[in-house]
Amino acid sequence: MSDARPAIDLAREFIESWDPATPREESLRARYDAGLAWVARPAGLGGLGCAPEDQRAVEAAFTAAGFPDNNALANGIGLGMAAPTIFAVGTDEQKERLLRPLWTGEEIWCQLFSEPGAGSDLANVATRAVRTGDGWVVNGQKVWTSNAHNAVYALLLARTDPDLPKHSGLTYFALDMRDPGVEVRPLRQITGEAEFNEVFLTDVVIPDTDRLGDVNNGWLVAMTTLANERVSIGNSDAEVEQTMVDVVERTWRSAPESTRERTRDRFMSLWVDAKVADLAAARMKQQLEAGKPGPEGSALKVTFARLAQELSGLEIELLGADGLGYGDWEMVRPTIVEFTGRDAGYRYLRAKGNSIEGGTSEILLNIIAEKVLGLPPEHRPDKGMAWKDSPR
Amino acid sequence: MSADLLYSDTEDALRESVRALLAATCPSERVTEAYDGDTSVASDAWRAVSDAMELAGLGIDESLGGGGATSREVAVVMEELGRVVAPIPFLTSSVIATRVLVSCGAGDLVRTLVDGSAVAVLTVPLTTMDLGDLTLPTVAGGLVTGRVHAVAGCELATLMIVPALDGTVLTLQAIEPQSGSTSVTMRSSFDMTRPVADVGFTAAPATELARGADAESAVRAGLLAGGAMLASEQVGLAEWCLESTVAYTKQRNQFGRPIGSFQALKHRMARLWIAVNSARAAARNAAVLVDAGGDEAAVAVGLAQAYCSDVAVLAAEECVQLHGGIGMTWEHPAHLYLKRAKADQVALGTAAHHRAVLAEGLTPT
Repeated sequence: MSDARPAIDLAREFIESWDPATPREESLRARYDAGLAWVARPAGLGGLGCAPEDQRAVEAAFTAAGFPDNNALANGIGLGMAAPTIFAVGTDEQKERLLRPLWTGEEIWCQLFSEPGAGSDLANVATRAVRTGDGWVVNGQKVWTSNAHNAVYALLLARTDPDLPKHSGLTYFALDMRDPGVEVRPLRQITGEAEFNEVFLTDVVIPDTDRLGDVNNGWLVAMTTLANERVSIGNSDAEVEQTMVDVVERTWRSAPESTRERTRDRFMSLWVDAKVADLAAARMKQQLEAGKPGPEGSALKVTFARLAQELSGLEIELLGADGLGYGDWEMVRPTIVEFTGRDAGYRYLRAKGNSIEGGTSEILLNIIAEKVLGLPPEHRPDKGMAWKDSPR
Repeated sequence: MSADLLYSDTEDALRESVRALLAATCPSERVTEAYDGDTSVASDAWRAVSDAMELAGLGIDESLGGGGATSREVAVVMEELGRVVAPIPFLTSSVIATRVLVSCGAGDLVRTLVDGSAVAVLTVPLTTMDLGDLTLPTVAGGLVTGRVHAVAGCELATLMIVPALDGTVLTLQAIEPQSGSTSVTMRSSFDMTRPVADVGFTAAPATELARGADAESAVRAGLLAGGAMLASEQVGLAEWCLESTVAYTKQRNQFGRPIGSFQALKHRMARLWIAVNSARAAARNAAVLVDAGGDEAAVAVGLAQAYCSDVAVLAAEECVQLHGGIGMTWEHPAHLYLKRAKADQVALGTAAHHRAVLAEGLTPT
């Protein structure tokens, strides 16, 4: 690892020679080309090959100088999942072509993984990709796709060989969402909003140059993507919960109910759990920083999901009559899920998804039991069986 | 914001040597004998750990001949003591009483505790979180009179630190219990590895250690240190319960498969693992912050006690349940852990009591 100086020095040089008011895209492209996008990545691909820690100083310098940022929140899947996957398995041509517009935010990405028949059992995906000449033709249905209506590209997991066991016959692609065979329909949730979509794929054509990784090696590639997802969901849940316990604490202080001993103890139990969860999260970060990654990420996600649910539920009760209102049931299609500033009713309903998305709490408990505690695996009757023969 | 919650290499090394020592000195079959009236269990174990390693003096300042360890290091010892349900008065003498004496500036008395030949105890009920509305013995003319119930750590005690009222003023009095004016009645206790006794003083000659605000802050410091270290004991205890349960359910077969392969059981153990890890973070936080004192220390200890004591009980109860019939037997050590965990739950304040105090801190001023 090179030391921090070159990255921040180059950033300062860039900042001096560019006008912060340069049109957004031009400015971001130039920053990428100067290796100041993700500095830990290789030179020529938006980086300088220096230490990941240098990123923070570079980011701060650009922000302080009034340069536009790449609106990372709007392209969470692109930056958090697609980019690491492309870096890991992409060809040189793919990296060259896909990463720059991804980083600048010109091309938003979404993820086409889950299907009506493949939720927790993701390897059961049935969307078929059939080889035709120098490309693939894709048919199937995907679900729970955030941002599909904004996305230019999707990470697609599709079945390429139904004669192989389920994990073995999958291939991973970058799918161009502008293909006429792609139909995106909003999927309305219990909150009234539609953060997610259903995506119907009918004879969508993918050139073989958009395949990510080897044919029938898609499961391993997907695991790379998901490892990044769980880290990012674990972190964002922690932030949500931290705000939430503070919000509920304020409500609790002012609620007439809070003088009842039973209510006080119920709130305090959650308060203690929330503060201890923060400590557990802090300890996990310290382990990661010390180079001793632990499996605590899955554990934290289970804990934070429960806390967000119970805290928001208690808050409605504390609010009494005020808890009976609800902001708005209109079907908006938000790009970012934002708990802050939302009423308790919304948070209560949205938090129900916390124990489902990105691995249900039940699946995460299985993972802890099997991977951490070493308990025997679940009975899997479809193991080793050709996918086409397994019961569905 | 956050304290260093990991274990250092020094702490890992300390753990390794303490674990080896306790494996030799506190095997579970020997510890169980404490329940059958064998009073030598505690003294043998205490002598063995004192001779092999000056554990009793570990947290005592080097200027007083001790090991000079910080609370976060002593906490590692507490975890190991919890893992074997060690029947020794480490918490009561080496943590609580030592901290009280240090706070009183009684260096000469602290020095006698280093090699374990002297054992001290703060004579308050084990359930004490603060002196609050306890009925205390009284002192007049250097003589203490009164009774205290359910005091832990008396069985080997050579020095009693007695909170006693001089009129309305709190004092701390040092009493040597061997004198005829002090009676110690050991009770048949729920946790015989940390048995409680009723202590009576009848005009017992005493030396005053502190009075007024000094006495109050000394007691507070002792109980706060005790609460922080108890949390680590609870983590160690819970960790053993989880590990032994996981090991057992992997090898116990029913219906043609290991019972640990049933999801109903796996999820219980996975949840317990989450809880134990969280408890560890809370206990480490308390151990790091307790030495600094002040509000931050009080909140950290309150948080750890409000969380860890219930986790230890849950772990011990799950241990008994998931072991099935064997978990209910005298022969299997699970009961030692259950009894200790349950007694620990009410020791130094229940979780609900700690939550109530934490809630006061949240009330707007």
